[in-house]
Amino acid sequence: MQIQISAGDGVPIYLQIVNQIKYLAACGRLEPGAQLPSVRTLAEQLLVNPNTVARAYRELEAMGVVTPRRGAGVFLAAGISPLARREQNRILNQRIDMLLVEAQQMNVDLDALVRMVRQRSQVMK
Amino acid sequence: MNERVIEIHGVTRRFGHQLALKDIHLDVPRGSVFGLVGENGAGKTTLIKHVLGLLKAQTGTVRVFAADPVGDPVAVLGRIGYLSEDRDLPDWMRVDELMSYSEAFYPRWDRGFAAELRRMFQLDGRQRIRALSRGQRARAGLLVALAHRPDLLLLDEPSSGLDPVVRRDILAAIVRTVAEEGRTVVFSSHLLDEVERVADRVALIHAGEVLLCSTLEEIIAAHRLITLHFAEPLAERPTSLPGAVHWAGSGHEWICLCNGQMETMRKAAATAGAEVVDERPASLEEIYLGRVAA
Repeated sequence: MQIQISAGDGVPIYLQIVNQIKYLAACGRLEPGAQLPSVRTLAEQLLVNPNTVARAYRELEAMGVVTPRRGAGVFLAAGISPLARREQNRILNQRIDMLLVEAQQMNVDLDALVRMVRQRSQVMK
Repeated sequence: MNERVIEIHGVTRRFGHQLALKDIHLDVPRGSVFGLVGENGAGKTTLIKHVLGLLKAQTGTVRVFAADPVGDPVAVLGRIGYLSEDRDLPDWMRVDELMSYSEAFYPRWDRGFAAELRRMFQLDGRQRIRALSRGQRARAGLLVALAHRPDLLLLDEPSSGLDPVVRRDILAAIVRTVAEEGRTVVFSSHLLDEVERVADRVALIHAGEVLLCSTLEEIIAAHRLITLHFAEPLAERPTSLPGAVHWAGSGHEWICLCNGQMETMRKAAATAGAEVVDERPASLEEIYLGRVAA
């Protein structure tokens, strides 16, 4: 599980962990049911305080993204929860917004843009 | 978390006419990672020397594991793993001699763990301390501080002057120590992104005084950096805004490190003829710089 922490940019570290695990789950890089590293392992990997990792896991649990199993560890919740779906939509909407802004700056209208998206999708198939 | 490993109450210290510490109050709860932050000469090392019993409090009291480190050094020092700023190790010893020498001081020395650390740090047992590079010397000091699994790990500027690889080892040692139930770490540093990564409590020390002492979370949550746009350019920094700690800027736009309610700030800004055009959380470094400059 690859997570990057940047101290000193004002976003609390526990929130950076929460956001990145949600992101990994939403884009499928973490599969439902997958086991997450233990608090201690992740703290040593990221070089952050173990309490910070524990707090991130608690928040993720409260959001229904992960489920702890007694004595076995923490696992990504099975199936795509409405929350993961919402997270997917949030990520896609961000990208779409960026695309729309750029298209507008380049004077490409919406119909042309949609045509281009279709074309690209054909190419990628 | 209620048990206090270190309790410092009203400690003042003078060296001749020089005031080195002024009425310091600090508590370090068990299981925390406590970061002492301040520039060189702020008093961090003097404070650490009081914890080790190397300096006796002129006024006030110091308690470590509820004992007086000056009166009862045996009760205190055997439970502390200490890495000094100048890493004063016996230069004439070889690394393996340093290990057996240190073993004699600590009843709880863990020989297996010491050997594991030596391998992990890639230290050659036959090498003389004097021949070690700066980074290897720091690792040898860290090995001695860690191998008796101390209840309190006390590191004075552990990362200072070291390359990123050795700094990683030091951060990993801090994380591993505190991950073991009930152990406590105190470290001083001026690398604030490192402090922000691993500390859960922070004290900002400046000119012998504690400017701020709280959990890292509270410190971060209590401060914002806001950018104000004034309708009329200002020749001097704005005055009379509640909660403003420090100002930077000129003319129309000023950035303010503030501590307090955003709503109050917004209203006060409007009264002063300004609009809040940007607002973001402040990093520990920005908070520290603002507090020290104020």
